[in-house]
Amino acid sequence: MSTAPALAETAAAPAPRRHIRLLLPILLFGLLALAPLAVSLGMPAGWLALLTRAMIFAIAALSLDLILGVGGLVSFGHAAFLGIGAYVTGIMITEGRAEALLILPVVLGICALFAAVTGAICLRTRGVTFIMITLAFGQMVYFLAQALSAYGGDDGLTLYEKSTVAGLDLFSTRTGFFYCVLAALAGCYVLVRILVASRFGRILRAARENPVRVSVTGFDVTRIRLIAYVISGMVAGIAGFFLANHTDFVSPAFMSWQRSGELIFMTVLGGVGSLHGAIIGAIAYLIAEDALSHLTEHWRVIFGPMIVLFVLFTRGGIVGMIRKLGGGGGA
Amino acid sequence: MSEPVLILEAVRKSFGALKVTDDVSLSVAPGELHALIGPNGAGKTTLVHQISGMLKPDSGAIRFRGEDISALTPEKRARRGLARTFQITSTIASLSVLENVALGVQARAAHPLSLFRNAARDAALNRPALAALEAVGLADRAEVPAGRLSHGEKRALELAMALALEPTAILLDEPLAGVGREEGERLIELLSSLKGRYAMLLVEHDMAAVFALADKVSVLVYGRVIASGEPAAVRADAAVREAYLGEEG
Ligand SMILES: Nc1ncnc2c1ncn2[C@@H]1O[C@H](COP(=O)(O)OP(=O)(O)OP(=O)(O)O)[C@@H](O)[C@H]1O
Ligand SMILES: [Mg+2]
Repeated sequence: MSTAPALAETAAAPAPRRHIRLLLPILLFGLLALAPLAVSLGMPAGWLALLTRAMIFAIAALSLDLILGVGGLVSFGHAAFLGIGAYVTGIMITEGRAEALLILPVVLGICALFAAVTGAICLRTRGVTFIMITLAFGQMVYFLAQALSAYGGDDGLTLYEKSTVAGLDLFSTRTGFFYCVLAALAGCYVLVRILVASRFGRILRAARENPVRVSVTGFDVTRIRLIAYVISGMVAGIAGFFLANHTDFVSPAFMSWQRSGELIFMTVLGGVGSLHGAIIGAIAYLIAEDALSHLTEHWRVIFGPMIVLFVLFTRGGIVGMIRKLGGGGGA
Repeated sequence: MSEPVLILEAVRKSFGALKVTDDVSLSVAPGELHALIGPNGAGKTTLVHQISGMLKPDSGAIRFRGEDISALTPEKRARRGLARTFQITSTIASLSVLENVALGVQARAAHPLSLFRNAARDAALNRPALAALEAVGLADRAEVPAGRLSHGEKRALELAMALALEPTAILLDEPLAGVGREEGERLIELLSSLKGRYAMLLVEHDMAAVFALADKVSVLVYGRVIASGEPAAVRADAAVREAYLGEEG
């Protein structure tokens, strides 16, 4: 009965545990920020490009984790948003509108619209049907991109210019682009983390575990999931914007169902629901892919089973493993 | 007599050939505790599901505070002040006890879905949630994940989650199911302390509890209400004794 005054402090996670939870992401972003330094100290320059690509996919995996890990919705069409972001960027650059402050609002708007319309349909279903319908919408966008003959169709679209940011040519140097992507990743991470801890996020988490209870408590579960779906799609669109600027090329392959599958893999590999797990998973996935593809052209045959085994044995992915090593317990 | 808060009119529901709810009409007045008893499989839970909106009746009407709510979703019924508990405990296991209760507080807050403000440190949610926990004697367990509570504590949490909605009426589906004698007595005491403040429909097998608490008793057998009225009258009813009370003692 005497706990009321201390409530403001006690209601959040106990202080020590909260610090441990912050340790991993701080370490992660700290290491990433130092990566260009490693290159100037002799790491091969291609390494920075690989890491940049990994961070771009980390943005997409992070956005997927919001609906998959936090919301419990297995979307198999998430690459569609990556593709839409990349195509909008590619098309606008081709049409002479390379400014990021112009492109990003369009990317966000179109992704939000696409997510709202398709999400409203997908979210009427559950389980395997949900997976299949998101997959179907993803393939729809894939075929749409193939049919865009004015912008390369099946062959894709090569870009001869990079985006500017407020008129500044930040993307033209490797290091400049690296830091822009890192800033975007950090921004998205903080944003999604705040969302997850908010009132909205709490209901989203609760609905993953027990949607019936959430609805008899007065919340429209479908509406809450739709909001998450739209936000998630928008964040993935940002990843698409950077991907187009990174590869100077966009093609329908960006949104194939295999890409959606890879995004799920990355998220699960890192550990679902923790957000930084998705980032770590994406980076680990792309580095492993790069290393194995240098070794043998049949790397997929080794890589696939390897990931499956890893996830099966660690349960909780890389983050789950770190947590276990870091002293038992915890969620 | 004041107008009843909750009125069921000729509600019917079948699962295939099985009539689970067969022309049920009953009402609960403000502040009244109306007990619904009946043997296993009589259709009590199914009826509670229909009142809370989780199942749709085949026909009939459900009125709540003067409004026909038959076509409303569960969330809309909850927001109008109709809370419920579950026979099989239904909480959010990974959230803390306090957070579970705060869900209900949040549902009636000014901005139930605000996107940016931290919910865990939100005193506007935590203070009323803690008050509800104190009411059921769980305040000292506020920080524990709901999944780690004992069975009896979970039953108390169910009740606190319903109270947090500040409802007009509460549907209680066997709040005493599976709890030990001591915890049961505490819960009965708690329910009796809530009497008069909420309209309650209490489904319960524990006859001692029912006859200690109820203002009115209805008996459901094979989906039909076979008797309804004052506890003493229902207890004396020959049909009830034969169909139900006789075998239970
Ligand atoms: N979804 C369903 N489909 C088919 N039959 C069902 C369904 N749900 C319940 N039933 C049946 O309806 C009948 C009534 O079930 P209900 O759970 O409402 O009974 P109850 O009175 O709550 O029983 P108990 O006291 O055991 O909790 C039972 O025979 C049950 O098997
Ligand atoms: Mg029942």
